[in-house]
Formats: sequence, C-alpha cells, structure tokens
Amino acid sequence: MTRLLDAYRPVAGEDVINHLLQLSGPLKGVNVVHVNSTRQGGGVAEILHKLVPLMKDLGINAYWEIIHGEEDFYRCTKGFHNALQGHSVSIGAGLLDIYETTNRENAQRLGQLLSEADFVFIHDPQPAALIDFVPERKGKWIWRCHIDCSRPHRPVWKYLRNYCSRYDASIFSLPEFAQKLEHPQFIIAPSIDPLSDKNIELPTEEVEAVFQEFGLDPDLPLLVQVSRFDRFKDPLGVIEAFRQVRRHVPCQLVLAGGGASDDPEGQAVLEEVMVAASGEDDIHILVLPPDAHRKINALQRAADIVIQKSIREGFGLTVSEGMWKGKPVIGGDTGGIRIQVIDHYTGFRVRTPEGAALRIRYLLHHREKRQEMGERARRLVRENFLLTRHLREYMALMLSLTNGSEDRIDISTS
Amino acid sequence: MELRPFHIKDCALIALSSGIAVQTLREFREGLAIAPQASIYHHFWGRFLQPRFDEPEYNNDFAAWVYHGLHEKALAERLSVIDPTEFDDIEGLRSELLDRVEEHLDRSEWIPWSRADEQFYFLYSQILVMDTGISIHDPRLLTEAVGQMSLGSIFYHFIDARRRTPEKTDDFSAWLLDLGREYEALAMTVMAVDPYFSSLKEIRRVLFRCFSAFFREE
Repeated sequence: MTRLLDAYRPVAGEDVINHLLQLSGPLKGVNVVHVNSTRQGGGVAEILHKLVPLMKDLGINAYWEIIHGEEDFYRCTKGFHNALQGHSVSIGAGLLDIYETTNRENAQRLGQLLSEADFVFIHDPQPAALIDFVPERKGKWIWRCHIDCSRPHRPVWKYLRNYCSRYDASIFSLPEFAQKLEHPQFIIAPSIDPLSDKNIELPTEEVEAVFQEFGLDPDLPLLVQVSRFDRFKDPLGVIEAFRQVRRHVPCQLVLAGGGASDDPEGQAVLEEVMVAASGEDDIHILVLPPDAHRKINALQRAADIVIQKSIREGFGLTVSEGMWKGKPVIGGDTGGIRIQVIDHYTGFRVRTPEGAALRIRYLLHHREKRQEMGERARRLVRENFLLTRHLREYMALMLSLTNGSEDRIDISTS
Repeated sequence: MELRPFHIKDCALIALSSGIAVQTLREFREGLAIAPQASIYHHFWGRFLQPRFDEPEYNNDFAAWVYHGLHEKALAERLSVIDPTEFDDIEGLRSELLDRVEEHLDRSEWIPWSRADEQFYFLYSQILVMDTGISIHDPRLLTEAVGQMSLGSIFYHFIDARRRTPEKTDDFSAWLLDLGREYEALAMTVMAVDPYFSSLKEIRRVLFRCFSAFFREE
C-alpha cells in the first residue's frame, strides 16, 4: 500500500480501497496513456492530476500527455465543444485542416508511446483525431467524452464521429450523452476528489473567516450557489427565489463564480446579475480567481443550503461538492443533477424560482431536516461520486475490454 | 469428508449503454421487447449497486421511469410489484413486463409520453468478479464474515448467485446445505430472505441476524 492510496482509506472506506487493490491485480505493469489538451484548468485536468498518480500507486504504468496546438487549433476545438453541447456552430475547412494537422504533428511526437500502450484514453474532442495518425496500435483505444453531447449539432458530430467510431470503446458521463456508435459505450459518471483543496476538511476558523472576508452576517442563514455566470445556471432565477424567501425568512445569498473576462456571454450575464442584485445588501456576488478552491470550499461549508438551480446541466459537480460537505442541495431538475439530488432525500429538485423558494423556506424552517438530508447527501457522494469510484470504473473498463463482451468477467483466482 | 470452504468473492458492475432510448409508452414497449437480457436484469438488479437510497419509491428502474417520466402512477405500481425472483428466467420476466405494459396501452386513450430530457435509456452491465482472498472453513465464522462483507460481496453471493447456480439460489444456503442436515434449518431461513424489496445493507443486516441467532442457540 502506498501513501497516496492510503490517504483515501479513511474518507472512501476500507471496502473501496480493497476493491481497487483487487481490480488492479491483473493490470499491474500495463501501460496506460491519458491524452488531453491541458495540464491546468478544467475538470479533466483536475481529475487526471489525481487519477494518474493513483493508477501508478496501484502498479499501472500510467502516463499523462497533452497535445499542443496554436490558437486556431483551440478556436476549432472550442467550436467542437460548443457544437457537441448543441450550439449551431459552423467550422470552416481551414480550421478543420489545422485540427487535423495539429493532431498529426502530435501523433508524430507521441507516436511510440501511443502505439505501444496497452490502453490509450483520449479525453474530449481535441486529441480525438490522433487515432488516425497512429496506424500501428498495440492496445485498446478509448474515447472519453466529458461533454454533454445529448443533442450535438449534427454536422460537427458527423465530422467527429469519423474519428470516434474508430475507437475500441467510448465513455460518456450519463446515459443520455451516449451516441450511436458501433463499439461499447461505457457510462462512467465524473467524480470529486475528497482530498483536493476544494473538498478537503477545513479548520472551523477557516470556514468562519469567510463571513468577515466577504462581509457576510454570521447570524443569518446562508444560501450559496457556486457556478460560472452562465444563463444555464440561472443566477437570475436564484435571485428571484431568494427575494421570495426573504419576504418570509431573513437570510443571505452568495453567488460565487469565476471571472468571465474571456467570455463575452459570461460577462454579460455577470452584469445582468449585478443589476438584479443592486441595492440588496444581503445578496453577495463574488467573482473569485480560478484557484480560489479553499475559499469555495469554506463558503460551501459555511452554507446552510447549497443551491444549483441550473436549467441545463452536464453533470454539475458543484452539487456533489456541496453534498460532500453535508449540505442539502436545491438543484435544477436536469442532467446529472438528477442522479445526485435524490428528491426529498438529499435535497429537492426544482424547475422554477417559486419551487426553489418553497423548498428553501421549508429547509430554513426545519433544521433537523437540513441535517438529515445533509447526512444522506454526504453518504450518497461517498458511495458514488468520489474519485476512487471513478478509478475503479476505469480499471473495470480496462478489464472488460481485455476480456471481451461477456456479461461476466471473473478475475478471481479461486 | 473435508469441508468445501466458502470462498468470499466480491464484484463490481460496469454500466454500458444499449443504444435504446425511448420517450413514449409505445416506444418503451418496443424497447422492452428488443433489449438484451442483460438490460432487463440490470434495471431490476443492477440498481442495487447504483446510486440510490434504501427506501426507493419504486423497486425497479422501469417502474420509476413510468412514474417520473410518464406520470402513469397506476402502471408504475403494477410494474413495481413485479418480483423478479418469481420468474425462472429473464424471458419470463420480460414477458410479464410486456403483458402489463400492453394491457395499459390497450386501456389508454392516448399514448403517454415524456419530456425530451426525461427519456428512458436501456443500459446493461458487466459484472467483474474478484477474489477477496478470504475463505471460511467453519460455518460458525459466517456471522462475523457477513458482518464485514462489502456490499459487492453481498450482491455476488446473495443476488448474482441466483442467475449462475443451477438451483437459482444464494451461495450461503447452497453451502450450508452441502454441509449436511445440521445446517438445513439455517439454510432454509437464509433462502426465505426476500432480496428484492430490500437493499444490500438491509440484506447484510438480516443475514447477520440469521447467522448470529442460529449459532447463539446452537
């Protein structure tokens, strides 16, 4: 047992670590390469930062490579990203040429590692075309899609499908994101890392310090929504719900999100939110730097109720983050929020500001319910949405691909 | 005669998409008819190892969707009460599901449908069986062993066993019966535990109680 894996034992549980050790037995010594487009920023990099060392801890030769490209390459892949999420995006032939050339160049650089690997995990569309430029492939290639592509813009998906369909398998975060492809499509939900700055236990003083730092009233119930300033996250709906609640119960609201300077749409939404909140002392709009993980953690821990009132959501890991801190969550009835917020058990799912207001009032009046739901919420995350489960499913997938499509794969020795 | 030891195994499920998605009750009927057997199994049993709570409103994924997606409470109740342990095989279970859905369709004046974002996705799962390295040679050790078993082990020995053993029973009672008449009563008690309207944690508690009561009296 190594120190890194051992650190997860108290938080994830003995069973979980034992599972990982058992599953890793047949995978010891196999070469696994993950490829994505960035080492910093974004959920994929966050997961790989921990997943790869944990795989190494389990005896797997895990590597993490990134592909490099120029500005136009990222313009093209940003277009892919938006198109997979359903936006009608037109990507010119010139940009597609750059996409293919960039992948070819990266394939030349990474060729030997990729062609000799037992498993290659290609994350998202940016490196998806690598498969075309590595003709000699010893191992299994898996395309891991982290994006909500339940309703992709068809012309772009048609282009990408040419590459994706050549993989041995793909992974989607939710069943509704899966596409018509001829290979096995695994459903693996994302996860949170309980030991990251965003989720690790904090000293009480650090949690309490946010009240002073952000001018919050420690005696008023605190509602917190953490998310980008994006219309799909419905921050205006949250403000409306808050106003309805505050007519009956004194409370305060924090809407915390990252800066939006590189996103014109985000900047516009932030301005609308500022206008909607103006003149309200109890609404706090916090624009935090991207590395303010401990502050976010402290705000979620200081909250009485966590809100994620999205009207469209890929998975919504901020829900699991809030639940991990023992908070009931009031979430939009959409996407991955549905498998995290079990209505009436770990929180409430709502479709309108009125619905959110009603549930907030109910929870503010019932402290014991908040606690009960919060405890269940933490348990649900512990059992289903921690990084250790994610790692287990990656290893299960590798064993599945090694052993064929049988319903039953027996790796026991008895 | 030397006792055959009880090897404690563990398991994990990995879910896959079958590619079948449905939005109306009629499409649901078609989906049920063509879904792989592993998918019917998954939506009845696989959910034991999926995110859920100990007190689900409905006992299988089909019933849950018919209620939450289609808002057809009467059909949801009729599907929820189907006990898969009463069927010899998956085809018998599929046939019962189809009968109940078709009966409802016959009586419906219109075809119930769900919102686009509330479709039902037929999944199936593969089971990975692992060895815990623990074996029991003495039945009296079952009490402690069961109390410490992972939920994956409970699933493997108590639920999965029903589809891989010729007697379609659980591994505990099969082992106890092998040991002779001395443990027959205990085996019968274990066999009488209803796995379906429960959770893995509850099954573990019940088994623990069965074993501890029997060996305390012994």
